[in-house]
Amino acid sequence: MRRLKLAVVLSAFALLSGAAGAADVKFAYVGEISGSIAVSGGNFRDGIVLAVEEINAKGGILKDKIALTLYDTQTNPGVARSQMQKAIDGGPYVVLGPIFSGNVKVTLQMVQQAEIPQFTGGEAAELTTLGSPYLFRTSFGQQIGMPKIANYIRDELKAKSIALIWVNNDFGKGGRDKLLKELAARNIKLVADVSTESGQVDFAADVVKLKAANADAVFVYSNEEECARIMREARKQGLKGPFVGDTTLLSQKTIELAADAANGVVGHVGLTADAPIPAVTEFAARFQKRFNYKPDHNGIKGYTAVYAVKYVTEKKLGKFDRKAFAKTMHGLTITPKDEPGILMETTWDGVGEIDRISFLAEVVNGKQRISKVLPKLGN
Amino acid sequence: MADILQLLVAGLATGAIYALVAIGFTLLWQTSQTINFAQGEFVMLPAFFVLIAMGYFGLSFWPAVALGGVVSVVVLGLLFKKLMVDPMMRHGVLPLVIATIGLAILMKEAVREFWGADAWPFPALGATTDITVFGAVFALQSLVILAICVAVVVALQLFLGGTLTGRCMQATAQNPTVARLLGIRVERMILYTFLINGALVTVASILITPIYLAKFTNGEWLGLYAFIAAIIGGFNQVRGAIAGGLLLGVVDNFAAVYLSSQYRMAIPLLILIVVVLFRPQGLLGRIEERTV
Repeated sequence: MRRLKLAVVLSAFALLSGAAGAADVKFAYVGEISGSIAVSGGNFRDGIVLAVEEINAKGGILKDKIALTLYDTQTNPGVARSQMQKAIDGGPYVVLGPIFSGNVKVTLQMVQQAEIPQFTGGEAAELTTLGSPYLFRTSFGQQIGMPKIANYIRDELKAKSIALIWVNNDFGKGGRDKLLKELAARNIKLVADVSTESGQVDFAADVVKLKAANADAVFVYSNEEECARIMREARKQGLKGPFVGDTTLLSQKTIELAADAANGVVGHVGLTADAPIPAVTEFAARFQKRFNYKPDHNGIKGYTAVYAVKYVTEKKLGKFDRKAFAKTMHGLTITPKDEPGILMETTWDGVGEIDRISFLAEVVNGKQRISKVLPKLGN
Repeated sequence: MADILQLLVAGLATGAIYALVAIGFTLLWQTSQTINFAQGEFVMLPAFFVLIAMGYFGLSFWPAVALGGVVSVVVLGLLFKKLMVDPMMRHGVLPLVIATIGLAILMKEAVREFWGADAWPFPALGATTDITVFGAVFALQSLVILAICVAVVVALQLFLGGTLTGRCMQATAQNPTVARLLGIRVERMILYTFLINGALVTVASILITPIYLAKFTNGEWLGLYAFIAAIIGGFNQVRGAIAGGLLLGVVDNFAAVYLSSQYRMAIPLLILIVVVLFRPQGLLGRIEERTV
């Protein structure tokens, strides 16, 4: 009798453990759930969660359910390294994140050595020049966004001088360097170059500097919370603008935090929930219903990254193979017809850089209004 | 010249908020020898009470401020004293200091857990318009902040110096033993100090959060700046805390523009080092003899 009981227990254990092992494909999100850019990391995470829930509800990837584990970098490079190591030790099929470019830089080699495909939300220009064949962007690098915005400043705003305020981290410095190069090529003069700190809360002195520069336009390049604080301070001090920026300045979270101060801001957005594309509108509605807030570009980045993994694994490979996955991604184009979850036609080049349509936008009455759709660069 | 005036007003507005928080430091120290390292988090929390009142109870801004203010005074004044300071005080100053550091972490993480790590918008007290005086453009919000801080400090001084309760509080601060011999209810006076501190941090929170946005990390720098302001001005003098706060706000703004915005955080620390080296009692503080 005791032997029978033991056999039953062992069989049940074997069945359960076997079932758990076969049923899950592991995804790791290593991102900024807290810390100075928690807004971005939270949006990215929720985009991932929504995509995982949708995919699992339809049977998973190759009939395996996705088991998602979240690791918080706290927007701290030291913590990011330890969290990434923890994630790698768990043997994930893909790593999603980080978003903070500094965190991407310090963990990139670890992921490369583990030969795990990685979808990052980082936008610093140099990330795709660091030689990892496993790194793929989910949004434009600054080398793609800045020429578009420099053209906008010259052609639409007709500005001859710019006052620049930027955040002194990898993201901000990379963007500043690219922007200055593009402005110089178009004979647009930089009349103020104001560096600020990540997580800075008081911008009174910085705005005084911008005012004193008396530029034709003010370029704001920082993370969402800081963009909102800068705009609030700028309006408080009566700085007239026009204010121009790239995606973060016009993001949903910046608009929400800056409130009326965001009105009139113009610029380029790589991704937006307000894009005049039905698939994006439907995604935004599903996201809003699930998380009770409107997604920004980071939500779209996380969501589309998961669907890119699904498409490549199911339609291109037919198996879970990390190395083959990374090879397949280079030079790949996914259209919404191939995979509706990708939302917009997207191409990854040989170094993991992304190409898709983008938008010129303006904030009107607390809402982002798309004024122009810019084609893919590859077109 | 216009730039200098604008910077001065903006610096005074920020410095006045530091001063309010620093006054709390000095009041608690004088009456109960409490150094509250959770003071920054005390400023962070009332804004969330107001947001909860608006979001969960559907109140409009001013009723929410009133409710948030009452809750803050009870939680950060009465409960803080009864649940933490009174039981810890008998073990000496150092255990209490460590306990308040723990409290700061607890408050910060609790807000993050309950409200999330994101920043949240907070209604401003004044319209985002500006006023031009002699060619200098001043933000109306800065002037409103400055005016409210001045009014609060004046009211506090009138209360401390012009009422019987205020004078009893001062007597308690100067010598609790003699105050007790004179029939002053020392315990009650100390409790009043904690309640006043609760009110001061609430005002500071309502003033600063529209600029900083409501976020669980807001207390980190505020607490440090206010502590530095209190030491620079003189930890045992209310007027020292006011002077220290204003000085810090102004110097911080001017340093960011005319020296280096990258090293602006270092300037207050440099001032602190200089003051501690050459005038350890603070600019307006008085030397206290060690009791042996």
